[in-house]
Amino acid sequence: MAAVSAVLQSEWTKIRTVSSTVWTLASALIVTVGVGAALSAVFNSTFDDLSTAEKLTFDPTLVSFFGMTLGQLAMVVFGVLVVGTEYSSGMIRTSLAAVPQRATFLFSKIAVAGGLALLVGVVTSFLSFFLGQALLGEHRASIGDENVLRAVFGGGLYMGLIAIFSMGVAAMLRSSMLSLGILMPFFFLVSQILAAVPKAKEVAKYFPDQAGSKIMQVVPDALNTEKAPYGPWGGLGIMLLWVAAALIGGYLVLKKRDA
Amino acid sequence: MIELEGLTKRYGTKIAVDHLSFQVRPGVVTGFLGPNGAGKSTTMRMMLDLDNPTSGTVRIDGKHYRELQEPLKYIGALLDAKAMHGGRSAYNNLLCLAQSNRIPASRVGEVLDLVGLTPVARKKSKGFSLGMGQRLGIASALLGDPEILMFDEPVNGLDPEGIHWIRNLMKALAGEGRTIFVSSHLMSEMALTADHLIVIGQGKLLADTSMADFIQQNSRSYVRLRSPEQERLRDVLHANGFIAIESGNGTLEVDGATTEKLGELAGANQIVLHELSSQRASLEEAFMQMTAGAVEYHAHGTDVHGAAPAPGPRWGSISEGD
Repeated sequence: MAAVSAVLQSEWTKIRTVSSTVWTLASALIVTVGVGAALSAVFNSTFDDLSTAEKLTFDPTLVSFFGMTLGQLAMVVFGVLVVGTEYSSGMIRTSLAAVPQRATFLFSKIAVAGGLALLVGVVTSFLSFFLGQALLGEHRASIGDENVLRAVFGGGLYMGLIAIFSMGVAAMLRSSMLSLGILMPFFFLVSQILAAVPKAKEVAKYFPDQAGSKIMQVVPDALNTEKAPYGPWGGLGIMLLWVAAALIGGYLVLKKRDA
Repeated sequence: MIELEGLTKRYGTKIAVDHLSFQVRPGVVTGFLGPNGAGKSTTMRMMLDLDNPTSGTVRIDGKHYRELQEPLKYIGALLDAKAMHGGRSAYNNLLCLAQSNRIPASRVGEVLDLVGLTPVARKKSKGFSLGMGQRLGIASALLGDPEILMFDEPVNGLDPEGIHWIRNLMKALAGEGRTIFVSSHLMSEMALTADHLIVIGQGKLLADTSMADFIQQNSRSYVRLRSPEQERLRDVLHANGFIAIESGNGTLEVDGATTEKLGELAGANQIVLHELSSQRASLEEAFMQMTAGAVEYHAHGTDVHGAAPAPGPRWGSISEGD
């Protein structure tokens, strides 16, 4: 068995020596914080135009995270590229010749890249929250309010898990282009659209992003949205199941298929 | 020592590697020869546990590849030159491989120096020429200072100086007692580097022999004769116990004779000769004869058996597609 610590170190070198790491993670942070701040400012100035139901369920914490809808796409790109470039470059053969134990190889890679994505996600989430609240003026929430810290920390977990889910999918599909071609439209369009269509939304509730993002709501059914059959942690649990399924699938493909 | 036992790889109904059994011994360069599509690369990938065999086993010093501790210290391989991340520098590409097998970082500089890539060590590898990529791949194979080295078509894309360098490198490595296993689809290249020869065609083992024996068994020498009086020449040859075979273009070939003897015979019978020459079938021809039945992709309209390839340095321009 190759020593796990050595493989972790090797995977860290792989991640820090390609430029895509910096630009994808920086995009995730800047886009999430920037869009979140802009929307927070808009909500602050147009608060009076909201319906009564929306005012009653106004969730300032969630509003400051609205940038994640876009920012998560950069996390998807990060996750896909970390795994997918092994295949597109042909590096996978060299990598597996060096570390033939498939589980050690894949899970070390995901531990390092996933850990980094979670860290960047948490930083992004806290920045989004504080900047967003500053711009929400009198409607702002405080980090000390009930459930706010859970939502802010949960937002970081959500972003990290989106990246890890993408790593699993890329390991299953063994192609960056194919993975991006499926995940980007799914998270940006399909999931959002289906969540608004009657009937379809009963299923869409259980999609990883729809379920996982529940953790970011402080007010239940925030902004008069659809009632979900699960709570914030239940939603994150559903997302974790998706992530686990993607990782197991990715591992099985790596184990069974020829490199 | 590498041992293959009944190694088989099947893709659907197509058999790529068919019950291959042989050993690769230390201290010599073993050539792995076969036409394009014969299953060489597939076999090598299975040896490294990259592809799963349908059946059969590969053992490296008695162990399965996956059981090796830090495999780069046992076996180094060059499979395809571009198996590196183009956005990473040559140095960093090697560094992540070294770290995974706990090879000291100082070794990265050493192997880059050995293959002559020190001046471009910090350059991104996607800008590398095929030859430079090949050198980087060789550097990665040498990283762990392994006892066993495998090279898949190492001279592809190299210039004549590079080819000379890799030949000498392989001989030097074998001289240190290492096991060298190198594939090629060119007999001429093998004849210069290999001590032992394993020939496959359509995944089947065709020969497992020393280079010297292969040359002795397969390089036929004969005398070629051409005469305007071909019929009479043939009768005279037959009358004197020589068997002449017509080989087209009005020429006769006679085995086991000298040009002196046949020239004197023709002179004594006053037969005009337009050609009298001593011929030696090339190893390339012998290889083609051996694999003729096992070539997967025939060019239509050309006679593979009869047409001997033009001699000279053709490698580098021909690449294997599988």
